[in-house]
Amino acid sequence: MGFKLIPDRMGQVYVFAPFEFNISDLAPYFFTTDHPSRSYLLTNQNTISRESDLSGREYKWGFVTDVETDLAPKGLSEDIVRLISSKKGEPEWLLEWRLKAYRHWVKLAEAEAEPTWSMIDYPGIDYQDIYYYAAPKGMNEAPKSLDDVDPEMLETFEKLGIPLQERAALAGVAVDAVFDSVSVATTMEKQLGELGIIFCSFGNAVKNHPDLVKKYLGTVVPYTDNFFASLNAAVFTDGSFVYIPPGVRCPIELMTYFRINTEGSGQFERTLIIADEGAYVSYLEGCTAPFRKSSQLHAATVELIALDDSEIKYSTIQNWFPGTKDGEGGVYNFVTKRGRADKNAKISWTQVETGSAITWKYPSVILKGDNSVGEFFSVALTNNHQQADTGTKMIHIGKNTKSTIVSKGISAGKGNNTYRGQVLIMPGAENAVNHTQCDSLLIGDQCGAHTVPYIEVRNPTARLEHEASTSKVSDEQLFYLMARGLSEEEAHHMIITGWSREVFKELPFEFALEAAQLLKVSLEGAVG
Amino acid sequence: MTTATLPAAVGKYSEAFASFAEANSDAPEWLKAVRSQAWATFSELGIPVKRRGNELWKYTDLRPLAALDFEHGIGGSVSLDEIKAAGPWDDAWDTVVVVDGVFSAELSNLQGTAGLTAGSLAEAISSGTGDIETQLASLAGREEYAFTALSTAFVDDGAYVAIADDADPATPIHVVFVTSNASGSRASYPRLLVDAGANTLAVIIETHINLAESAQLSLPVVEVFAKPGATVRHYRVQMENELSYHLGTIRVHQLDDSSFNSTTFAVGAVIARNDIHTQLDAPGASCTLHGLYMTSGTQQQDQEISTTHAKPHCTSKQFYKGILSGKSHAVFSGKVVVERDAQKSDATQKDLNLLLSRGAEIDAKPSLEIYADDVTAAHGATAGHVDRDTLFYLQSRGVDEEAAKAILIRGFAAEMLDEFKPKALYEFVERVTDERIPVLLAESDALGTA
Repeated sequence: MGFKLIPDRMGQVYVFAPFEFNISDLAPYFFTTDHPSRSYLLTNQNTISRESDLSGREYKWGFVTDVETDLAPKGLSEDIVRLISSKKGEPEWLLEWRLKAYRHWVKLAEAEAEPTWSMIDYPGIDYQDIYYYAAPKGMNEAPKSLDDVDPEMLETFEKLGIPLQERAALAGVAVDAVFDSVSVATTMEKQLGELGIIFCSFGNAVKNHPDLVKKYLGTVVPYTDNFFASLNAAVFTDGSFVYIPPGVRCPIELMTYFRINTEGSGQFERTLIIADEGAYVSYLEGCTAPFRKSSQLHAATVELIALDDSEIKYSTIQNWFPGTKDGEGGVYNFVTKRGRADKNAKISWTQVETGSAITWKYPSVILKGDNSVGEFFSVALTNNHQQADTGTKMIHIGKNTKSTIVSKGISAGKGNNTYRGQVLIMPGAENAVNHTQCDSLLIGDQCGAHTVPYIEVRNPTARLEHEASTSKVSDEQLFYLMARGLSEEEAHHMIITGWSREVFKELPFEFALEAAQLLKVSLEGAVG
Repeated sequence: MTTATLPAAVGKYSEAFASFAEANSDAPEWLKAVRSQAWATFSELGIPVKRRGNELWKYTDLRPLAALDFEHGIGGSVSLDEIKAAGPWDDAWDTVVVVDGVFSAELSNLQGTAGLTAGSLAEAISSGTGDIETQLASLAGREEYAFTALSTAFVDDGAYVAIADDADPATPIHVVFVTSNASGSRASYPRLLVDAGANTLAVIIETHINLAESAQLSLPVVEVFAKPGATVRHYRVQMENELSYHLGTIRVHQLDDSSFNSTTFAVGAVIARNDIHTQLDAPGASCTLHGLYMTSGTQQQDQEISTTHAKPHCTSKQFYKGILSGKSHAVFSGKVVVERDAQKSDATQKDLNLLLSRGAEIDAKPSLEIYADDVTAAHGATAGHVDRDTLFYLQSRGVDEEAAKAILIRGFAAEMLDEFKPKALYEFVERVTDERIPVLLAESDALGTA
């Protein structure tokens, strides 16, 4: 689609469209219908609306949907793993794989191998006090079409503003919405099918494309990878699966929307994306969870496989429930994301992390093939009692590999934000190049911003540059904007949006606007 | 956590500690308490050999050290000429010589500079000079760190330097730690305590030279107290032999408007660590930590540099450069912590490396931990071979490749060499660098043309 988002130096935003459109048509591009972004669009001005009435704005996505849920008993055991597998009607080999993962996880749990090196602090998770399977009832049979989907659930997505149905076509987004752990509906599967593109739930992929799943599952993130990846491998319930055939450029952006609904449940989705030789795909992921006083666990795994000459672009807007202002509840987000780039392939991660009480996430790229490229663009925001320890790993193995890391961390309230990244140049990675930039911004005197880069070079032809800075919003810039009539909060927002621009410009249009608004809402109360 | 076995290598030192404690049973009570507490800490920790979850030693494997046996309490003799040949020397300096951890009056060269108390640490302990009772081991030795604990358990002699308030000794104070050529592998625990009074200016050169031909273990510990307005310029020259282990620690405590400026020149040892921590404990304190490390063969140089901004209006700067060749390995682990109330802090960190060969490895971890909002902190790190275009430029002017590389390496080092201000010291590090560059080049690889 031909939208363009061009923030200029002053942080103003212009919208261009190559065709006539009604402003109301744009509403579904945003996750909520009463979103501040809408007022901006409805005013139909070329600049962001200056009315910002954000007072008392809290988490907007905190509604709970009363959908009857099919719950497996709490706790984790081999029986639960078997139950999940049989509920999903999985073949024997996958059950075996899950059980191997489960046994490995038990060993790790006994050895107290839950990672403790990150700068996050949380009460121990009782892994026996979590629902590992929570499916909306009536979903055991996958819906044949959107008409079969529970209307109440569709309403949930309506509230979320997900462009399902024809909106999907209008938005150019094919959506695979994962509700708790079961994929609800996949739009545009047919249209994509004509190009040979497979975009479906993980469960369907196991049924319909077992060879592809078997060939690639666990090849980038093996079940032995880490504590949370082992847990995920044992109990993952659904997720998305994408396969782009050789030489095909996926014409639309693929999108998955994740939501945790059931109290006390964990979400363990698994995403597998394969771009075959010369293929291209841009994939988006969005997440929300309702307002709950107790914490929820989210331990997802994402594997990307970019075969020779292909490109995968993966964008995330993570807006899980961050907990209350006093630090109660919220999602614990422990995610393992990694991609493997073969010869001339490119993997690009873009993430905007505003949600979750705890974020523990390091989207990584293994630059295995010669001339492969890895990118990581991130904006992470922590407010109130949120904690984020996030970053990336760029493992350079092939020759002439190149990686770029741009990380922006914003800490406000009592939040703690850590960038933790590794750049590893293996001995065979001739002429590897890395540029890393990680900047932190502090708002208020109760927060923390930390930078922990690991730079490991074993080849003399490598060129590495790492820069980082930490500062607060400059008083001079604030004064300048306020002298021109902006409130302190608006001025902060404008500066922060401009500061994050390098990352936002990597996002597809709808996401970029959404991200800027998310920052605004998430920072509410941090200034002034 | 329960561990059935003793922490690594504790048994290798326990007998020596027992006989050391017995031989020194007439020491002051406070000192005995310090030693036994330090021993208790070490015997809990052992040599940090764990390869997982051992963040402080993530890149440096100490298992070879833990496997070795070292003798204790054996000293040798050294001549002045040997010292002059192996390290920097200037007759005009006030020089304190410590051989195998023991102060040597005849080798020392003290000029009776006004306001300066310099000499034996053992003597300072027995006569209770200044604040030694409260100062000794207060910065190093009571923390949960194996090597300061082990060193403190054996604390006995070394050098003591105190500068009276408002004194301004014009000449540098040179403290030479010599490992003699006595037989066998020996452990020594050289110690230096610097008490810089208010509004003083002190220049301290700390030199480590090693005349032995076998593997030695040296665990030097330096504690520096900078009173309000004190300026301490500290230089460290580490010239151990290439079989030895040198795990040095410097702990600095800084009060109002004091300034601590340290420059390290590290070329020796098979495994060396230079662990500096500066505590900026009052407003206006500042520190600048510089260093140049050069490694070849299978050497490993590990810089563990940390600064804590505990109070507002402090400034810190860390800047290190490394040149690596052969199959050597260097680590730069920089850390700046800005505590909650330390507003208006200014911190910078920089680590630049030249990697000359395929087998060499550099691991850099410049980390920032910031809890105050009104701060500016920045860090940077680079690694790479000498610049191809520059090399080509020099070659196009008729300089052959080896000479051109040598010029570029020398130019890279020059910025750090310039930090060595005392003339005789500068000449020494310059000479060592110039001797070293051909060694580094001999083990380097040609630049790929891919």
